[in-house]
Amino acid sequence: MSGAPPAAPALLASLVENPRLDRWIHFDADRTVRIATGKVEIGQGVVTALGQIAAEELDLPFDRVRILSGDTAHGPDEMYTTSSQSIEMSGGSIRLVCAEVRSKALERAALRLNCSRDDLTVAEGRFLQNGQATGQDYWTVAGEIDFSQPPTGSAPVKPAASYRLVGRSVPRVDLPAKLTGAAFIHDFRPGNLVHARVLRQPNRGATLASLDEAAIAKAAKGELKIVREANFVAFVSPAESVAQAAAAAAPLHAKWSNVRRILPAQQEAAWLKGQPSEDRLLGAPAPAAAPRRPVEFTVSRPYVAHASLAPSCAFAEWRDGHLTVHSHGQGMHPLRRNLADALGVPADAITARHLHGAGCYGHNGADDAALDAALVARHLPGKCVRLQWRREEEFGFEPVGTAMLVTLKVDLDEKGRPADWTTEIWSGTHVQRPGMGAGYLLGSEALANPPPEVKPTDPPEARGGGGTRNSVPLYDVAAHRVVHHLVQRPPVRTSALRGLGALPNVFAIECLMDELAARANEDPVAYRLSILSERRGRRLVELVAERSNWKARGSAGSGKGLGMAFARYKNRAAYCAVAAAVTVEETVKVDKVWCVVDAGLVVNPDGARNQLEGGIVQALSWTLKEQVRFDEQGIASLDWDRYPILRFSEVPEIAAELVADDGNPSLGVGECSVGPTAAAIGNAVAHALGVRIHDMPLSRERIMAALLRT
Amino acid sequence: MAIAFTVNGQARQVAAAETATLLDVLRNHLGLMGTRYGCGLEQCGCCMVLVDGRPVHACTREVGSVAGRLVVTVEGLGSADKPHALQQAFLDEQAGQCGYCLSGILISAKALLDGNPKPSRGDIVAALDKHLCRCGSHQRIVRAVERAANAMNGAKQTGRAA
Repeated sequence: MSGAPPAAPALLASLVENPRLDRWIHFDADRTVRIATGKVEIGQGVVTALGQIAAEELDLPFDRVRILSGDTAHGPDEMYTTSSQSIEMSGGSIRLVCAEVRSKALERAALRLNCSRDDLTVAEGRFLQNGQATGQDYWTVAGEIDFSQPPTGSAPVKPAASYRLVGRSVPRVDLPAKLTGAAFIHDFRPGNLVHARVLRQPNRGATLASLDEAAIAKAAKGELKIVREANFVAFVSPAESVAQAAAAAAPLHAKWSNVRRILPAQQEAAWLKGQPSEDRLLGAPAPAAAPRRPVEFTVSRPYVAHASLAPSCAFAEWRDGHLTVHSHGQGMHPLRRNLADALGVPADAITARHLHGAGCYGHNGADDAALDAALVARHLPGKCVRLQWRREEEFGFEPVGTAMLVTLKVDLDEKGRPADWTTEIWSGTHVQRPGMGAGYLLGSEALANPPPEVKPTDPPEARGGGGTRNSVPLYDVAAHRVVHHLVQRPPVRTSALRGLGALPNVFAIECLMDELAARANEDPVAYRLSILSERRGRRLVELVAERSNWKARGSAGSGKGLGMAFARYKNRAAYCAVAAAVTVEETVKVDKVWCVVDAGLVVNPDGARNQLEGGIVQALSWTLKEQVRFDEQGIASLDWDRYPILRFSEVPEIAAELVADDGNPSLGVGECSVGPTAAAIGNAVAHALGVRIHDMPLSRERIMAALLRT
Repeated sequence: MAIAFTVNGQARQVAAAETATLLDVLRNHLGLMGTRYGCGLEQCGCCMVLVDGRPVHACTREVGSVAGRLVVTVEGLGSADKPHALQQAFLDEQAGQCGYCLSGILISAKALLDGNPKPSRGDIVAALDKHLCRCGSHQRIVRAVERAANAMNGAKQTGRAA
């Protein structure tokens, strides 16, 4: 070891991008402190957890901290609320800012008290000198601190051992309102309100040949204004029911030209193979020698929907040349930039504020609804336009999670362990968020000058990849490579859905693990442990086996199955192992799921468990039931009957457990359970049937087909 | 025309077409936002309210059909300051993520417990199976209804003993 001092850690990106303390923290006159974050509440409890981090570092009571979330006027730009990064990135930034402000405040107080900074401590927000009250606190000295300074990230943070709030299951601050009445963007009722609905352009390039406005107005039965701009059409009324009735009647009275036709067969992942694609090779070069003991294994996942329970909604008001937008999108600063691009106005002519929506689980229609609202509002200055998508619009026009086809080719050594491994992926893009590569807001396609079509891209490996997310196995394999075919023109718009490519890739890797164990005539848990050196991973594989009583696992083909799987999300966030017990007859009944997770320091354990449980239920639903269906017009699964999701009677008992952090820092937890859950179900069903199903969803038809093979 | 009915114990009159949906009237005429729009097709349960004690989908129910009847929405159960035992149990279990489905679920749970104060887990699941929850809070929600039932039964017994 050399004697050189360690390099200063790089400042978190959020602090670099928002280099003023007052973008993060503000002491209000009512003796509360406002902590601002660019991340937003989407049902994951982030506002509560960030409040805990701030109250902890400032040594304030929890109820003195208020979180301002997603506000372009006052809060930091932290891009989108994605990839399980809010605690690591925004939480890490808030911790450093609060530590710095605490340090500066104590310096000021020490000057006032003519004492040493070291004599001062903070208890419940009050500054004490050698344990005695001083009359000083953050609010008495805040006026003497220059909050325009950049955060340096250099103030010492509290040691984790002294935490009193972080690590505690503080109840969610937003839940009481959601259990008792108005709580969502849908419920916002500002003045000068009008309601709006859209007639969607069927596809890019389709042109509105005719619109029978009189017939629509007659069906609407009330005061109605029809806003038209090129191929964008909206129905506006002071009465929501009138706007809704107009939109419901409109498709019958609209004729479109240049309507695109697609083939229903394109709904299957198999269609992706052979389509024009941009191809990459990551990792080791192709092996020189021919494989000695080759195994090839292919799985697929179809297009799946976010299927938010509430249709997207937004508010927009143009007043004196300034546009104010309220949205439940995942990032207000990016939304502002995207709106500015689409509307041809400077970004500082727009204020975007977040209001809570229903869970989105990724990039759904939220941002698009905001542009729709702004387009209508531009025609109605001074009116506050509340625009809500229709249910069939949400299903039909939200970006969906892309289908994926994954083929694994491994060459086994003489002991049946993989010596060489190729992962080959065919996938549409996983991210078309406007401003992050390939996307733009949907409504801009209908305007006179639509934005140019953008070549699809996928998130870079540095951000965890998209189709390649979790494609590299954590097991000990001498040579590994990924061949990624980014299919250029999927038949429908695709974008970020919880976990991106992690679910299909973990499904592929972990189902293959069971197949390789069977070839080697070994137990799947023992086989995994024989090629898993990673200490934190081993601990979870062993623990989930213990929790699920793996050693009592019966023989295959009995109709009862027990399967397990393991992954570390993005190979850099939380570690997760899942076991699932199933009974398979004509369909799969999941009897119980065990989940064990190592997420390092967990700010709010109950909140994290809630996220794990939610990820498990959602992954069960995707794996067992869900597929977006196409007809010639596009997406045809436009309601809950045609897009069924897991119901109360189908949800198993779930035991989710967080292991001790061992002093490790926080790792993002929100998406870690989806891949292992899908794969554990795949393995449990294979164990129950004695034969494997490779294609999701594991539907009744596929079970019946598999039973015929046995 | 004016339609009169009772909402959360208060007599109300609304000037609305008889064919207007109860959901539209509750939200846009009476300002009761706890009853939520999800699908308009009786498929998701976000809009569930009680009419004469029975859970019904407000999204398709014509307001004319509730004239003279008793309607209860989630606001009629309790408030954030004075939660109903069910709402308190949902808080105690942290039974929810995004929370959009919860007001409808609370209504169905209320109807269940009114008719069956000691439901089995199977009874609860059956009563809630018409509701969708996309976040995956089902297990907590079922536990919360069990907790509320226990609390309400305990309160009754305490009341009797006192």
